[in-house]
Amino acid sequence: MTNAPIIPLTDNHQAGRRVDLSSGKYLKLWQGPQHPGITGNMSLELTVSGDEIVDLRTHVGYLHRGFEKLMERRTYIQNFPIVCRICVPEPDFNEYLYAATVEELAGIRVPERANWLRNLTLEMARLASFLQWIGGQTGAFGMGVIGQWGITHRDYVLDLFEELSGGRIYHMYIIPGGVRGELPEGFEERARAVLDKVENLLGDIERAMFHNAVFKDRAKGLGVIPREMIDSYGITGPNARAAGVARDVRKDQPYLLYDQLDFDVVTASGSDTYDRAWVRFQEIHQSLSLIRQMLTRMPKSGPIHTQLPNPLHWKIPAGQTYRRAECTRGEYGYYLVSDGSGYPRRVYVRGPSYTHAVALMESMAVGANIADVAGLMVSFHTYPPEIER
Amino acid sequence: MSLKDILSPLTVWRRTAEKPYTVIDPINDRPGAARYRGFHKNDMEACIGCGTCETICQNAAIDLVPVEGIETTNGDSGLRPQIDYGRCCWCALCVDICTTSSLTMSNEYIWVDTDPEVFRFVPGAENKPWDNSELGYSRAEGYQLLDPERVEMPELEPDTRLTSFIEMVQGYSAEQAKKEADRCVECGICMAACPAHMDIPGYIKAIRENDINGGLALMYQTNPFPASCGRICTHRCEEVCAINHTGDPIAIRWLKRYIADMADESDYQAITKTAEPERTEKVAIIGAGPGGLSAAYYLRLLGYQVTVFEAQPHGGGMLRYGIPEYRLPYDQLDKDIDLVASLGVEIKYNTRINGLKESNGPKESDGPGSDGGPAPSFEQLYQDYDAVFFSTGLPDPYTLGIQGEDHPRVISGISILEDVTAGKTPDLRKSVAVVGGGNVAMDAARTARRMGCEVTVLYRRREVDMPADEEEITEAKEEGVKFITQAIPVRIEDKPEAKGEQAAFVWGEAEMVDQGEDRRPKPVLQEDKIHTDLFDTVVPAIGQGSSLDFIPEDMAAKIGIIKYKIKVGLHGETGEPKIFAGGDISNRLKDAISAIADGHRAAKGIDRYLRENQSKKETS
Repeated sequence: MTNAPIIPLTDNHQAGRRVDLSSGKYLKLWQGPQHPGITGNMSLELTVSGDEIVDLRTHVGYLHRGFEKLMERRTYIQNFPIVCRICVPEPDFNEYLYAATVEELAGIRVPERANWLRNLTLEMARLASFLQWIGGQTGAFGMGVIGQWGITHRDYVLDLFEELSGGRIYHMYIIPGGVRGELPEGFEERARAVLDKVENLLGDIERAMFHNAVFKDRAKGLGVIPREMIDSYGITGPNARAAGVARDVRKDQPYLLYDQLDFDVVTASGSDTYDRAWVRFQEIHQSLSLIRQMLTRMPKSGPIHTQLPNPLHWKIPAGQTYRRAECTRGEYGYYLVSDGSGYPRRVYVRGPSYTHAVALMESMAVGANIADVAGLMVSFHTYPPEIER
Repeated sequence: MSLKDILSPLTVWRRTAEKPYTVIDPINDRPGAARYRGFHKNDMEACIGCGTCETICQNAAIDLVPVEGIETTNGDSGLRPQIDYGRCCWCALCVDICTTSSLTMSNEYIWVDTDPEVFRFVPGAENKPWDNSELGYSRAEGYQLLDPERVEMPELEPDTRLTSFIEMVQGYSAEQAKKEADRCVECGICMAACPAHMDIPGYIKAIRENDINGGLALMYQTNPFPASCGRICTHRCEEVCAINHTGDPIAIRWLKRYIADMADESDYQAITKTAEPERTEKVAIIGAGPGGLSAAYYLRLLGYQVTVFEAQPHGGGMLRYGIPEYRLPYDQLDKDIDLVASLGVEIKYNTRINGLKESNGPKESDGPGSDGGPAPSFEQLYQDYDAVFFSTGLPDPYTLGIQGEDHPRVISGISILEDVTAGKTPDLRKSVAVVGGGNVAMDAARTARRMGCEVTVLYRRREVDMPADEEEITEAKEEGVKFITQAIPVRIEDKPEAKGEQAAFVWGEAEMVDQGEDRRPKPVLQEDKIHTDLFDTVVPAIGQGSSLDFIPEDMAAKIGIIKYKIKVGLHGETGEPKIFAGGDISNRLKDAISAIADGHRAAKGIDRYLRENQSKKETS
C-alpha cells in the first residue's frame, strides 16, 4: 500500500493539487458509458470525497465510427446518407450543412420552396430534440413521468417526419440540390394539430417542472457558467444564452429564411441549470411559432430540387468553405475541403457537444454533488455521437 | 421556495387519467407511412439490370445476380439487384437513381424469421407480403438524380439546309459534349447492343475527363470509322440506353463524333504506333467500304500485307455513294480512310475485279488497276494471295416489279445518290415521287429537295413501319418532303400528252390487314381506290441486292453462295477456308457499324487461319 498511486488532477480547477488515493479520503467512481441517461456512450471518471466531486475526467471513444474519414472515401452523393447519422436526435442539421457546403463549392442554387422545406425540417428537428431533452433533464432529477410526456410528444413530431421523409430517425430528406419530396397531402393540418398538442403539453410542463420546488431546489445554482468562460471556452447555444450572451446563428448570420421569420433571441442571466432549462423551454415555444409561421407563409408550390450533375461522376471544384447553423445545442458547423475530385478531401464537423461535454463538464462538475452529475450533464444538452465523428 | 412551487405540479393531475400513448399491437395497427422507406420492391419486367443501383449504393449492399427465367437480351443484362439487408441503410438512393423507375420500396418494416440467412432481397424469389404493397417510397415528382434531357444538337434550320449540301448537324462544343457525357451511368448495356461492341462508356468517360487521345484510341480498338460513324451510325446503342427508359438516351453517336472532330494529328499518330511486327502473308480485300477497310485496318495492325481492290474512284462504299454529303461530308470519310491507308494498306481504286458486273448507276469505266496493270480476276486473287476477304455490299437496286418500270423517267434512288457524289447532276426536273420507306428513300428524297424538286414519298405500309431512322423521317418532313403512306405502286404509264417527259404513276391505297401477334400487318391493295399522278421522275428506293457475278460459278459453289446470299461463320469464314466475307452481303443488319464489326471479326478469323497455316507448314 505504500506505493499507492498518486493521481495528478486535471488542471482546470485544482491545479497542482494531488490526490493520494491511498489516504482513504477519496473514491473513484465511473458514471457511464452505460448510464441510463442521454449522456450515455461516454463516461465520466469521478473522484469523490464523500459525495462531493473533487475531480472529473471525461472519456469519449465508445461511439467513434470515423464518419469524417469514411466520407473521404465516398462520393459526394454517397455521403448524403451518412451525415445524418453523426447526430441521432438532430440528423437534419447535418443534412442541411452538408448540402449547403457542397452546394456552395459546386455553385448550385437551391429553389426557394426547397429552402422553406429545409427550414421547416430544421425547426421540426429542434422541436423533437428539445422534447427529448425534457425527458433527460427531468429524468435526471427523478421526475421521469414528465420525461415520458416529452418523449411521447417527440414521437408525434417523428410521425410528421416519417410521412414527409419516409423515416422517423434518419430522415435523409435534405439532399444536395434541394429536398427529396413535397409535403404530403394534408400535412399542414396534421402538423398544426401536433403543434397544438405540444403547446398544450408545454403548459403542463411549465407547471410541473419549472414551478416545481424539487426542480428549482436542485437546478438553481447548479453548474453556473461564469460569463467570462463563455468566449474562452467557445460556448454557444442555450448554454451561452442562459448566461446573458445573445448569441444565435439564426440571428447573427441568418441562413435559409430566418431573416424573414419573426423571432427574438431568448436569453437569461442566471447561467445555471434552471436558467438553461428555461431558455430551452422558451425556445420550444419559439420553435412552435416559427413552424406555424412557415406553414402559413411558405409558397404553396414550386420546384423542390435543382438538377444536379450526374451524381455518379460528380466532381466539385477545388475550394473550401465553412457553413454553420444553430442547432438546439449551439453552433453546428461543416467545414468542407474539395480538391476538385469526386471525393471530399476533408470534411470536418464542428458540433457543440465537444466543448460542452468535455471541457465545460470537467470544469463545472468539481464541487458538485454526485447525485447532480447526471442533471448537470443533461443541462449542457450534449450528444456524444457528434463528439465522435 | 414558495407554496405555489409545491402545489403547482399537482395541477397536472389529470394526465394520470390519460390513456397510454403506445400502440398496443404495432404490427397490425401501425403501418409505415405512405412514403416509408421499407423493404424493396422491383418490377422485374421493367428492370433491365443496368446496375446503377449497385453503383450508387454506399453500403455495397446491392449485387446484380442472374435470375432464373430472365434471359440476357438486347437492352437487358439479364441480371437483377439482390439487396443484403445486413448492409442496407434504407437511404433509397438506389430508388432515386433507378434508370427504369422499376425499383421502389414498400412501407413494410417488420420481418421476423428464425433463420438469420434470409434477410436479403432476392430477385425472383421474393414472395413477401410486401411484394404488392401499394404504399412505400418512390422517387418524388420534381426530384431526380439523373438528367433526362439530352443536350440539344445544334443543327441548320430546314430553310438553310435546302440551299446546299453543307452538313446539317453542327456538332457539340466542348461544354455541350461534357454535359452530355455526364449523363451516362456507365452501365454498358449499349456495348452489348453495338454490333462492334465499342467501349461506349469508356470513350464517353474520356470526354468527361478531357482525354480525347484516350477516347480516340478506345474507339479505334473496335471501329476505324469514328468520324463517319459519329455522324451516320444507326446507333442501336441509343435505343437500349438505360436513360432511354425515363428520358432521352445519351447522344452516343454525337459524342463519338465529338472525339473524332476534336482529335488532332498527334492523337491519330498515337494510334498508328500500335502496329505489330511485319508479317509476310498477303491478304486481298475486295471492296473499300466500311467492311473491307475495317478488315484491312485490323489485319494491317497485325502486320499483314494488305491490298484493297475498289471499283470506284474513292473509298467508303455506301458511306460515300449512298449517304448524301449533308449527313456525312466527304472530308470526314476521307479522314477515316486516310488513317487506314497511312498504316501501309494499299488501296487500288478504279480496279474492278474482272467479271464484277456494273451496277445500274453510271460508273467509272472498267479497266486496268490504278497502277496501270490489268485488273485481276477473282481466281487470280485466290491464287496470288494467302487469304481473300470480300465485302462488296449491295449495289444493285431492287426493281418495283411493276408494269412500265422501264419508263425513261424512272431513276433508282441509289443511282441519284451516286451521281451526286460523283459530282454529276441527276436529271430530276421538278416533281419527284420516291417509292420506299428506308434510309435510301429518305436520302434520295432529301437530296432531290436540295436540288429544288417537289418531292413526295410513297410507302406501302404505315409511317411507324418505315425502316428509315425516325430522325431522317422527321428531318425530311421539316425539309418539305410530302409523305403518302399505305400507297402501293400499281404500274407506270406513259401518257400521250406527256410525250415521254413525265411518268404517270398509278398507285392504290392499301388496307392494313392484321396478321396476328408478332407479325406486322400486311398492306393489301384496295382495288377501288386507285390514283394516277404525273411526276417528272419516279424514284424507286426499296432496297438493293448483292452483285456477286465476279465470282466464278465453281468458286461460288465452294464458298456457299446460294441465291446471291452468303452464310458466313462468326469470323467471316465461308465454305472455302481461304476466303472470308462480311458486310451487307452477309449481314442481316445491313448497316455500316455491322460491316465494320464483320471486318474486324474477319481480320481475327484470317489471322487465326494464317497462323494455323504457318504452324502447319512449320511442323510438316
